[in-house]
Amino acid sequence: MSVDATTVRRIAHLARIAVSEDEVPHLAGELNAILAFVEQLNQVDVGSVVPMTSVSPTVMRRRADAVTDGGYGDTVVANAPMSEDGFFLVPKVVE
Amino acid sequence: MSELTDLTLAQAREGLRARRFSSVELTGAYLEAMEAARALNAYVLETPERALAMAEAADARLARGEARPLEGIPLGVKDLFCTEGVRTTACSRILADFVPAYESTVTSQLWADGAVMLGKLNNDEFAMGSSNETSAFGPVVSPWRRSGSDAPLVPGGSSGGSAAAVAARLCLGATATDTGGSIRQPAAFTGTVGIKPTYGRCSRWGIVAFASSLDQAGPIARTVRDSAILLSSMAGLDRRDTTSVDLPVPHFEAAVGRGVAGLTIGIPQEYRVAGMSGEIEDLWQRGAGWLKAAGANVVEVSLPHTKYALPAYYIVAPAEASSNLARYDGVRYGLRVPGRDIVEMYENTRAAGFGREVRRRIMIGTYVLSAGYYDAYYLRAQKLRSLIKRDFDAVYAQGVDAILTPATPSAAFALGEKGAADPVEMYLNDIFTVTVNMAGLPGIAVPAGSDAQGLPLGLQLIGKPFDEETLFAAGQVIEEAAGSFVPPSQWWR
Repeated sequence: MSVDATTVRRIAHLARIAVSEDEVPHLAGELNAILAFVEQLNQVDVGSVVPMTSVSPTVMRRRADAVTDGGYGDTVVANAPMSEDGFFLVPKVVE
Repeated sequence: MSELTDLTLAQAREGLRARRFSSVELTGAYLEAMEAARALNAYVLETPERALAMAEAADARLARGEARPLEGIPLGVKDLFCTEGVRTTACSRILADFVPAYESTVTSQLWADGAVMLGKLNNDEFAMGSSNETSAFGPVVSPWRRSGSDAPLVPGGSSGGSAAAVAARLCLGATATDTGGSIRQPAAFTGTVGIKPTYGRCSRWGIVAFASSLDQAGPIARTVRDSAILLSSMAGLDRRDTTSVDLPVPHFEAAVGRGVAGLTIGIPQEYRVAGMSGEIEDLWQRGAGWLKAAGANVVEVSLPHTKYALPAYYIVAPAEASSNLARYDGVRYGLRVPGRDIVEMYENTRAAGFGREVRRRIMIGTYVLSAGYYDAYYLRAQKLRSLIKRDFDAVYAQGVDAILTPATPSAAFALGEKGAADPVEMYLNDIFTVTVNMAGLPGIAVPAGSDAQGLPLGLQLIGKPFDEETLFAAGQVIEEAAGSFVPPSQWWR
């Protein structure tokens, strides 16, 4: 499988990374080099193999469904590029 | 006071407890060495005031006879670990001047054991790289040079700042992280010791995430003993990381010196890759010989799916990275580049904030997870991962205690030498280390020899899950036989 210019633009948009037109051919080349490298996985018959979900047999720990943290809104927004009254500010999303 | 920086961590610990010197003196010697070594670009942030304050507090405890395990020991911290009130960037522009309001579990355990923080160490951006050349702060220059040459070499990556700082005597030890070889490969390139413990041994909480099913923290240090001392402080259950295991942390240092008599060491034939240099082959055989001479039984073993580990890794790791790095959106922290609407703001922010390698990996990850491709790529890679793990399980079930391999396919290379045209060329550096991450096993890199140009070479020992102790025991046998590896001159001073 290999990617063309249209696919590169589509992936970039899905990944929310702006890509300029002159970057597209180069990116397609790099992505295709990586995809060609991983192609060799098709040599293996993996039909009945169970995909790995965890490297060691572990059971997810659970805790009570209770509030255990919080109450420091100012700290949460302290690193925000734009905030006001304890809220993160974003461009208008609802018309 | 430069001789103080020549002590190992274990020696410094003894000197501090015997009150032969103070932590303020020791820390001051390191701060002076760091200042004189800025040409290496190992530190991206020096924290001298904090270091001296921590050293004074340590001296007070030492004076009261209340020393904790790392009391007064100056360490460097990879910039992937969040440090409360101290800028943490993962060496990416996208985190800008992010100042965490919290401390990573691993570093908090080091400070709780009395260690002193010297500063934050350079790494490849988001730990994606094998040469430390993708850092937004610029590359780290290795303290090592080829004999008769002053061409700058890479220290390896992604923990290149950690490895260079330990090798150049700019800290007694350093924290590092390893997703595909990022502790062991730079350790091998710089003549230092690096251990990636079993997945789940160290908490990932507060460490900037790259590929969560592979990421694991560990130390880089000058000796096997020093790395064992550090790992005991770094490891342990943390309820804030659901993959952190609830197992007692052994006194790892006690395993150092235990030897290998009666152990069975496996030599996997599949690691004898085409085009491997004679130097690496000789190093490997010498290592096997040392273990044999120390009483180990050395046997050939087979790990048939080895060659698929690296391609499977370059599906799994980018896929997880594309998900983890979705959080950098210009809203909650870090860089923000405006756009006409919110989507354009995201796209502009991420285009400006991520470097080339990170953008490339996010895009590959996005592609392999996109509709219609998941089964062909991600699911297949996770199946390969099961097969890779099964290979190791089978070898350990035969009675093998640890596996010996080369750590890297070559010694350190020059800045700019690899990966410029084809990213895969750089990826091949991790061919011997990445299997260990895919199977979640512990692996240690120990310096074992030099190449013809005088550069250090390392051997890797791979252990059974949660049996880091055998790695420390066997690693020390190699270390004792091979001797220590120190850059021949401090040319950067």
